[in-house]
Amino acid sequence: MTETSRHVTDGEDVAPTDDSQRAMVDETLRAEGDIGEARSLTQDAWRQLRRSPLFWVSAAMITVFVLMAVAPSLFTSLDPAKGDLSRSRETPNAAAWFGRDLQGYDIFARCIYGARASILVGVFATLGTSVVGSVTGMLAGYFGGLADTLISRIGDIFFAIPLLLGAIVFLSSFRGDDPGYFQVVFQVVLVLVVFGWPSIMRLMRSSVLQIKPNDYVSAARALGASPVRILRSHVFPNAVAPVIVVSTINLGVYIAVEATLSFLGIGLIPPTISWGVMVSDGLPLLRASPHVLLFPAVFLSLAVLAFIMFGDAVRDAFDPKSR
Amino acid sequence: MAEVVLEARDIVKHYPIKTGVLRRTTGWVKAVDGVSFDLHKGETLGIVGESGCGKSTLGRMLMRLEEPTSGSLQFDGVDMYAQSTSDMRRLRRDIQIVFQDPYTSLNPRKTVGDIVGEPFDIHPDVVPKQGRRQRVQELLDLVGLNPEHINRYPHQFSGGQRQRIGIARGIALNPKVLICDEPVSALDVSVQAQVVNLMEKLQDELGLAYVFIAHDLSVVRHISDRVGVMYLGKLAELGEEDEVYTRPTHPYTQALLSAVPVPDPVLRGKREQIVLEGDVPSPANPPTGCRFHTRCWKAQDRCTTEEPGLTMRGDGVAEHLSACHFAEARAVVETTDMSDHSG
Amino acid sequence: MTTVTTDPSAKQYRPENGRLLDVEELHVEFHTQEGVARALNGVNIYLDQGETLAILGESGSGKSVTAQTVMGILDIPPAKITGGAIRYCGQDLLQMGEEQRREIRGPEISMIFQDALSALNPVFPVGWQIAEMFRVHRGLNKSDALDQAVHLMERVQIPGARDRVKAYPHQFSGGMRQRIMIAMAIALDPAVLIADEPTTALDVTVQAQIMGLLKELQEERQMGLILITHDLGVVADVADRISVMYAGRIVEKAAVHDIYANPAHPYTEGLLASIPRLDRKGQELYAIGGLPPNLTRMPPGCPFHPRCGRARDICSSDDPDLLEVVPGRLSACHFSEEVLNG
Repeated sequence: MTETSRHVTDGEDVAPTDDSQRAMVDETLRAEGDIGEARSLTQDAWRQLRRSPLFWVSAAMITVFVLMAVAPSLFTSLDPAKGDLSRSRETPNAAAWFGRDLQGYDIFARCIYGARASILVGVFATLGTSVVGSVTGMLAGYFGGLADTLISRIGDIFFAIPLLLGAIVFLSSFRGDDPGYFQVVFQVVLVLVVFGWPSIMRLMRSSVLQIKPNDYVSAARALGASPVRILRSHVFPNAVAPVIVVSTINLGVYIAVEATLSFLGIGLIPPTISWGVMVSDGLPLLRASPHVLLFPAVFLSLAVLAFIMFGDAVRDAFDPKSR
Repeated sequence: MAEVVLEARDIVKHYPIKTGVLRRTTGWVKAVDGVSFDLHKGETLGIVGESGCGKSTLGRMLMRLEEPTSGSLQFDGVDMYAQSTSDMRRLRRDIQIVFQDPYTSLNPRKTVGDIVGEPFDIHPDVVPKQGRRQRVQELLDLVGLNPEHINRYPHQFSGGQRQRIGIARGIALNPKVLICDEPVSALDVSVQAQVVNLMEKLQDELGLAYVFIAHDLSVVRHISDRVGVMYLGKLAELGEEDEVYTRPTHPYTQALLSAVPVPDPVLRGKREQIVLEGDVPSPANPPTGCRFHTRCWKAQDRCTTEEPGLTMRGDGVAEHLSACHFAEARAVVETTDMSDHSG
Repeated sequence: MTTVTTDPSAKQYRPENGRLLDVEELHVEFHTQEGVARALNGVNIYLDQGETLAILGESGSGKSVTAQTVMGILDIPPAKITGGAIRYCGQDLLQMGEEQRREIRGPEISMIFQDALSALNPVFPVGWQIAEMFRVHRGLNKSDALDQAVHLMERVQIPGARDRVKAYPHQFSGGMRQRIMIAMAIALDPAVLIADEPTTALDVTVQAQIMGLLKELQEERQMGLILITHDLGVVADVADRISVMYAGRIVEKAAVHDIYANPAHPYTEGLLASIPRLDRKGQELYAIGGLPPNLTRMPPGCPFHPRCGRARDICSSDDPDLLEVVPGRLSACHFSEEVLNG
């Protein structure tokens, strides 16, 4: 046995009886050793995502909404700001597909133009909370100690204030006399970020706490890697998945919150066109002309639903076990 | 004997136990409680012990992945525990680590090339940038992996292959010392032999010194030149492999050795088995005096009060380090020497 | 000390000539994303009263799947039993309804697992969990059942059993938890005990205690014990017979002394030469090259041939059957006589 034993010490090095055998043996070993081409986890997730009907349906809806926000004129040639009081509260007809509201505005055109405010608020609020939450969460989770205590307690303070209450106080105190469109959008985004980051921070922190004890983090420390390098190339890429999932779902939630704030009259305000404002305008007419409220409400629900479905699909792809 | 590369003196790691709302420290877990040894150039020092004895914490302390509570660790005459972060970084080229779990020791989002090449990113002056890919492929070849698999991801490999990747990362900077924390215990039997043989081959070729931490006494005997036995944060016995395995003097070592099953049914019922009573005490509240006295059949009053030092003990003929007041060699394993038979 | 009272008439299964279990040509498949993994390919084992059968194999060999199939705890799907029979005292378990199988699981065949912490319910006291067995299967009232639980805990040598019945699993050490699981497994006096890697997670001194306890209980109750393990040392210490598994099939079967002294399959031969032994110095380790095959893409011919030092042309085309080499010894190798004779 001693003769063969030296021979067979290595993984690839199997003693074959002849050359044809060797070719075959190598073939089998390679096939078993690792399968196919290089596949990263992200590629695996993408492959999973592509198979999901939920993903395709939600992605198509999101694409339509984003197009509406970017280029509303693609969808309608009507002017949403052109009111015709004589045709106030007209029911849906061939000229005005969704009918007209109290001011005689075309509801279809306003629904299309209203997408912009909702998408802007949703996207920027999500970006803001994700960036602020991720950075603070990583610092708290990785460094622990005083940094953790400080960040977590500050987060708790904001977390403890109900979003709507905070937003009402904030927006009603800092609103200028005649804010422009982007200024209003910015204020709403700011409120959502200020009160929304702690949930992302907590998520990132717990995710980092799970990643930190992994031996590959220790291995990087053992090699003398700097904390910045460890956070950037080892901790962040492995900890970010849940944040992506929750942020996607949150995007839908923020659109709904924006509508709620606008409905209450403290978010976006006329003349800005937004679904929330439209719902608010339609409420008094609910009995007589329900279509005034119905159409923006449907748009709003579909947009929220699309992002939440998208988030679900992404979660399934990142973590197949959670289903 | 070859020169000493690593000299541990009385190294200690106590973790605080914090309780209550104010997180007040109410006690200390004495994970490693005064361990001293020398590691010589090119040798393998095995550290064995059961779970909770502090051997893994010791391994991380030898890398300064854990900051010591006290003690000194000299590497080539430089005290590692007194170095600044940047000086320590330089030292890390010479002392590296291989981890137990091949599934958590490799970043799942990096390719094998990124993982094995990371040492060169952190220490860019070791290999010029354009030569790195080639160097990584050489390393993969050296540990028995296909160099063409440089772009694959860890989850595409089996446990044994992943452990080889971890070893390639560990030896990339050409260290003098490699700390191996249970490097084969997560692997299947047939794959375990492949990795053990690989580690022996690398030691011969690269002149590495290993600190081989494991709970498997048979593997440790196979690979080690000298062996230390740990119990509750302290070394109970330390000596040449042959001394510790054929003439153990500490009762704990004797009990441990007698409990290891030998894969030979002929020996069934013929081996003397020392059964220890009870469980290992908590390291937060270790027994006074000798830590083993609560489970020791030889214990006397002296053992409960006076802690035995790790000193040369034995029958006077062939002595080695042992921490027992009543150290006495007792053969519990009938050894066959195979070194003459092998080719 | 009173022992567990068993109504003898309750035992409706009686072994014939001491034969408890007969597993015949068992085939199990797993349907995965990568394809169909053939986890078991015609596994035959039997078990007599009072004997210990070791099923030896590495991860993916099918040893645990065999145990789970016999126990009836295989997840179906993704698994699918595609053929074979499991006869317990002459009756095929695979033909029984779930109700009938539940009556077997526990009182007739029971099982202990590797990870006692996850096998015990963390929110109930251990005594309560043991007592539950008596309440459900024997219809004992609460205090009688708890009494029996204490007796069992004493039997498996848990110190201070009476004071610790109300303790929760996490309050016990690993070895003590394994003892509690053993107590639960033997509570209803089963005829067959399947131990799936019972000591793998334990320290060596604790392992010795647990294996000693299992052996003692087996002799006391004349149980048939199936020991699923990868540890050749443990097998040598306790088994009567061994079945060695590789890639979902049994490649060698023999009495324990025969296999260790003289293996008849190259895989067994390689395994024995690849483990470092405590009682050997300067031993050279033989390493079986390569890796076990992917069960979704089995190589043609003998599944071991790509790693086998003795492989010849026939091995890559013809799959060898498990045949008798010499009386009492079976091996699935075209050249088993050659292997057996060194």
